[in-house]
Amino acid sequence: MGDVLKKVPVREQDPKVRATNFDEVCLGYNKDEAVEEAQRCINCKNAKCMEGCPVQIHIPDFIKEVKEGNFEAAYQVISKSSALPAICGRVCPQESQCEGRCIRGIKGEPVSIGKLERFVADWAREQGIKPEASVEKNGKKVAVIGSGPAGLTCAGDLAKLGYDVTIFEALHKAGGVLVYGIPEFRLPKDGVVLPEVENVKALGVKIETDVIIGKSVTIDELMEEEGFDAVFIGSGAGLPKFMGIPGETACGVFSANEYLTRNNLMKAFDPKYDTPIAIGKKVAVVGGGNVAMDAARTALRLGAEVHIVYRRSEEELPARVEEVHHAKEEGIIFDLLTNPTEILVGEDGWVNGIRCIRMELGEPDASGRRRPVEIPGSEFDIEVDTVIMSLGTSPNPLISSTTKGLETNRRKCIVASEDVGATSKEGVFAGGDAVTGAATVILAMGAGKDAARGIHEYLSK
Amino acid sequence: MFKILKAEQLSANVYMKVVHAPRVAKSCEPGQFIIVKVDETAERIPLTICDYDREAGTITIVFQPIGVSTHKMVDLKEGDFFEDFVGPLGKPSELVTDDLEEVQKKKVVFIAGGVGTAPVYPQAKWLHDHGIECDIIVGARTKDLLILEDEMSKVGNLHLCTDDGSYGFHGVGTAMLEKLVSEGHHYDLCVAIGPMIMMKFACLTTKKLGIPTIVSMNPIMVDGTGMCGACRVLVGDEVKFACVDGPEFDGHLIDFDQAMKRAAMYKTEEGRRLLAYQEGDTHHGGCGNCGGDK
Repeated sequence: MGDVLKKVPVREQDPKVRATNFDEVCLGYNKDEAVEEAQRCINCKNAKCMEGCPVQIHIPDFIKEVKEGNFEAAYQVISKSSALPAICGRVCPQESQCEGRCIRGIKGEPVSIGKLERFVADWAREQGIKPEASVEKNGKKVAVIGSGPAGLTCAGDLAKLGYDVTIFEALHKAGGVLVYGIPEFRLPKDGVVLPEVENVKALGVKIETDVIIGKSVTIDELMEEEGFDAVFIGSGAGLPKFMGIPGETACGVFSANEYLTRNNLMKAFDPKYDTPIAIGKKVAVVGGGNVAMDAARTALRLGAEVHIVYRRSEEELPARVEEVHHAKEEGIIFDLLTNPTEILVGEDGWVNGIRCIRMELGEPDASGRRRPVEIPGSEFDIEVDTVIMSLGTSPNPLISSTTKGLETNRRKCIVASEDVGATSKEGVFAGGDAVTGAATVILAMGAGKDAARGIHEYLSK
Repeated sequence: MFKILKAEQLSANVYMKVVHAPRVAKSCEPGQFIIVKVDETAERIPLTICDYDREAGTITIVFQPIGVSTHKMVDLKEGDFFEDFVGPLGKPSELVTDDLEEVQKKKVVFIAGGVGTAPVYPQAKWLHDHGIECDIIVGARTKDLLILEDEMSKVGNLHLCTDDGSYGFHGVGTAMLEKLVSEGHHYDLCVAIGPMIMMKFACLTTKKLGIPTIVSMNPIMVDGTGMCGACRVLVGDEVKFACVDGPEFDGHLIDFDQAMKRAAMYKTEEGRRLLAYQEGDTHHGGCGNCGGDK
């Protein structure tokens, strides 16, 4: 046994190799490694880790089963609380949630809860073990809008309670951001996402793709004409933001959403697919979040030299530490304290550079992070042929603008109660990015779970 | 899966399909578009709706094959299926949403070019159904490329023109418009739909003639719901998303030169993929013949 203060290291693809493929970076634990890591859990009576989990997985219980090699029992413990463990084990920010609270972490490294969850979920999938389906149907119909993490979780929980649930998805594939946003090398689509979606369907949930709520049919029509007793809106944060600087409509400027959707949902990296993608020689990704890292690492794999252009310093990067670490290992260049002021466009209409200004950090702003301030006269040009804007997203107004009596706030987010996601419209609940603005997969799942409870209470009255 | 109930070739390079898509047929309006996807590996293709039948639950689309995915669409026959068919997307035409009494007062002229004739049809038909008379100019390079002549002649005063003079008026659509105006016709609104270059010149002409003009933009898109931003167009000083803010805009404010450059963004790659689709895996770039690797 290794150093008990340290996590059992997880095997990863070599950075040089993986920079040229779209296979998963992290290879996960095998049985022995998982059991060994599970031994590090001291099974706290007051499990702090659980407090950090937005869906309250009984973490010490499942780890105890792993310790004893009862992987199926471990899976059933997790699937009581989470419908998507193979996904969460990969993309949750564990360092600020469960692992952030782990007592082991006070002196040494916390237990590698995320990697253990992933191991258990992967093992169950390989063994063909499914979550337990529901009791009997109660005859009540619930519509879930969006098949991302919030929608899948809400639908799964309601199906377990006996509801007749239909998910409506605007795109041609179910999964939402799990399919269009997060790249294959972090979250394999056919290997991991599809089976978890199939698990939700195995609970009795129907998924109708190619339906845009607010366009193909409205929420009012769903409730008045199609007989749905309640609706959950988990439509995500759809609209990409741009900087509003000159040159942004030039050829070769993309939103991270477009770039990632082309490559993830539409599989542009795979020559069997018809989807084209601009493979730049030198790419600037503007922004410092997880999506920026995903876009940068995608461009790198497609063969480009990639620069992250971010206006604050490394400490303020909103991306997960693990993502930044992986990006650096693979050869992404970080141009920090640098802010674009103009995109330079050639006569052919294509980007040929990006003009930037150097920044320094001033006083903390409302977000608590130090405000970046321009250094006068420090403008300089970076020669690039592709610019990917990754500045966040705002909610899509398609639903709020077509649903009578649905209140939104200043940021166009749907207003919903904190405990169960009840909106201003009776029988309509909402959660995830559509309510909070862009956040994480697991927070959306937590909101989907809360709303399922709220819908159950509402329809049990 | 969405069944193709009817498949026809309208001209040398234009095809029509009638598709069973009841949700779309129930809620669509003239001016809106759909996105169609042939199969798993195909692209999502945005197409403006040409006709709809709410009772039968059908949508008619008309298209010209360009890349691999649209060529695959050509091969589909009656009884085959599209894997995906989603809509309606975008905003309905203002003619349909504006106050009917106001619209009735307007004298409208449509200028349709090539495959752009298709999206003009439902608008002219809608006006006709609401008792509003309109003029329709349909232009094509040559006689064989004209489409929907019978349908159009039933819903408005049709003026056909060909660039080579093989049929109807000898000249382009905008020349026809100038002729009509010089003969004393007055128009309050022009709706011009067709290839980007045609819409650009139509707008230059109508600006000169002082006729407010609406165009329907057909930029590159991925999702069609506002999510990707690929369809950004410059309208005046503002950046708009054609999929959610459009597809129809004030043509006099559009930066067509930039829109055309953006539309050609993937030309090389699409061309290469099409050759690979048609001739097998023989086109890898680098031979220097097509210049595609430059």
